[in-house]
Amino acid sequence: MAKVPVQFTLNGEEKAEFVESGSTLLKALREKIGDMSVKGGCHQGTCGSCSVIIDGELRLSCIALAETCSGAAIETTAGLARGGVLHPLQRAFHEGFAAQCGFCTPGMLMAAKALLDRNPSPSREDVVDAIGGNICRCTGHEPIIQAILSAARANSVNAA
Amino acid sequence: MALTLQTFPTADAASAALAADGASRYLGGGTLVVRQANEGDLSFSTYVRATDPALSAITVDDGQATLGASVTIGRIIADGRLAHIAEAAKSVGGPAVRNMATVGGNLYAPAPYGDLAVALLALDAMVEINGGPVPLSAFLADRYGTYAHSVLKSVSFALPAAGGLRFLKVSRVKPKGVSVVTIAALLEETDGTISSARVAYGCMADRPIRAQAVEAELAGKPRTADGIRDALTMATDGTSPITDAIASAWYRSQVLPVHLGRLLLA
Ligand SMILES: Cc1cc2nc3c(=O)[nH]c(=O)nc-3n(C[C@H](O)[C@H](O)[C@H](O)COP(=O)(O)OP(=O)(O)OC[C@H]3O[C@@H](n4cnc5c(N)ncnc54)[C@H](O)[C@@H]3O)c2cc1C
Ligand code: FES
Ligand code: FES
Repeated sequence: MAKVPVQFTLNGEEKAEFVESGSTLLKALREKIGDMSVKGGCHQGTCGSCSVIIDGELRLSCIALAETCSGAAIETTAGLARGGVLHPLQRAFHEGFAAQCGFCTPGMLMAAKALLDRNPSPSREDVVDAIGGNICRCTGHEPIIQAILSAARANSVNAA
Repeated sequence: MALTLQTFPTADAASAALAADGASRYLGGGTLVVRQANEGDLSFSTYVRATDPALSAITVDDGQATLGASVTIGRIIADGRLAHIAEAAKSVGGPAVRNMATVGGNLYAPAPYGDLAVALLALDAMVEINGGPVPLSAFLADRYGTYAHSVLKSVSFALPAAGGLRFLKVSRVKPKGVSVVTIAALLEETDGTISSARVAYGCMADRPIRAQAVEAELAGKPRTADGIRDALTMATDGTSPITDAIASAWYRSQVLPVHLGRLLLA
């Protein structure tokens, strides 16, 4: 199988790998780089578990080809906590019981981060739209929506 | 089967590669084509893509917009100059899908997809393919025939006035379900009378189609419940709706006139 070189930054760190031509970013992240924070659920673009941020935009790593990400800046959930301190979104999910099995959580966190990076004070409607492509089969979406709104509020209190 | 990706600097080079290899597929944003590969579709072994920056350009000049085929749905929503088609763009998938899905891919997407294509059809858009401009309606009619192994370069259309494009996507799963029916309409009115109408449907065939009988019947009628009544009786003329997990063809034909009526009178 043809191998092609791919290099990108992952959570700020330079990565260079040989991947199978035509293989997905999800596969490269999990199987080559060992970033297990990215989950594969449906592999069809429907569940959002595999969501990552590429060059500031939310995308689905199960249907993105690794080769097309060369030179990109990729963010995953593994990069959220810094120095052992949880990201405000992670704290809000934890405190708001917004995760049960946690399978959807990395994708939800990235969808929420993509939103807050762009819009630090979202309305409930903005949050619903932002996670509209992510499916949680455990908690229902309400605790997740509340956790994202509460992280946004905490951020604006800290910033004030 | 092993898949490979071939990258070309221009759309023409990618077109030549597609034409030369029957087991190749053009890769836009990949939201449908990579999904098919993940599902085990063995009908293709090569993805072909073109990286020419012109394919990602948006130009708006004198009320005329041209979108390169690789422009994503997300970029359309983010571009204030395209605000009057943003509602149609927002109806496509969730944010991650919109950041990947391209306008070119939407014009090739089979029903129940192609929501933006329905709006572009009502806008009487032209596409650039095989070296020349082709009306979107003609392209859609032949997209899996003549144009199956070509690279679509861009789509151009006259931007509608604010509120000019009426657009409705009916879906059962909120907020981001696929379409039961999608309707777009562009009406010209003089003193409350419809002087001309362009109406397009999604899911009422395997591709977006124009509702020509409705368009002809609306011309010259007042935009009132009485005025559009006859047009609604022929709402399903010329259609052949799809049946899928979301709705049967029968259901789609039953609800179409109701939604068309609401859209025209809104
Ligand atoms: C979870 C999910 C939800 C979705 N929801 C919607 C929705 O609500 N509404 C909707 O309309 N669509 C929806 N889609 C379908 C799809 O994302 C869009 O229709 C999209 O615009 C397809 O674009 P793409 O660039 O990703 O296409 P690709 O998957 O890259 O390509 C699709 C087809 O078009 C061909 N193609 C693409 N670009 C070109 C080109 N420039 N020249 C020649 N051939 C080309 C490809 O070869 C392929 O056959 C959804 C998809 C997913 C996975
Ligand atoms: S695994 Fe990518 S969307 Fe489900
Ligand atoms: S917590 Fe289980 S899928 Fe969301």
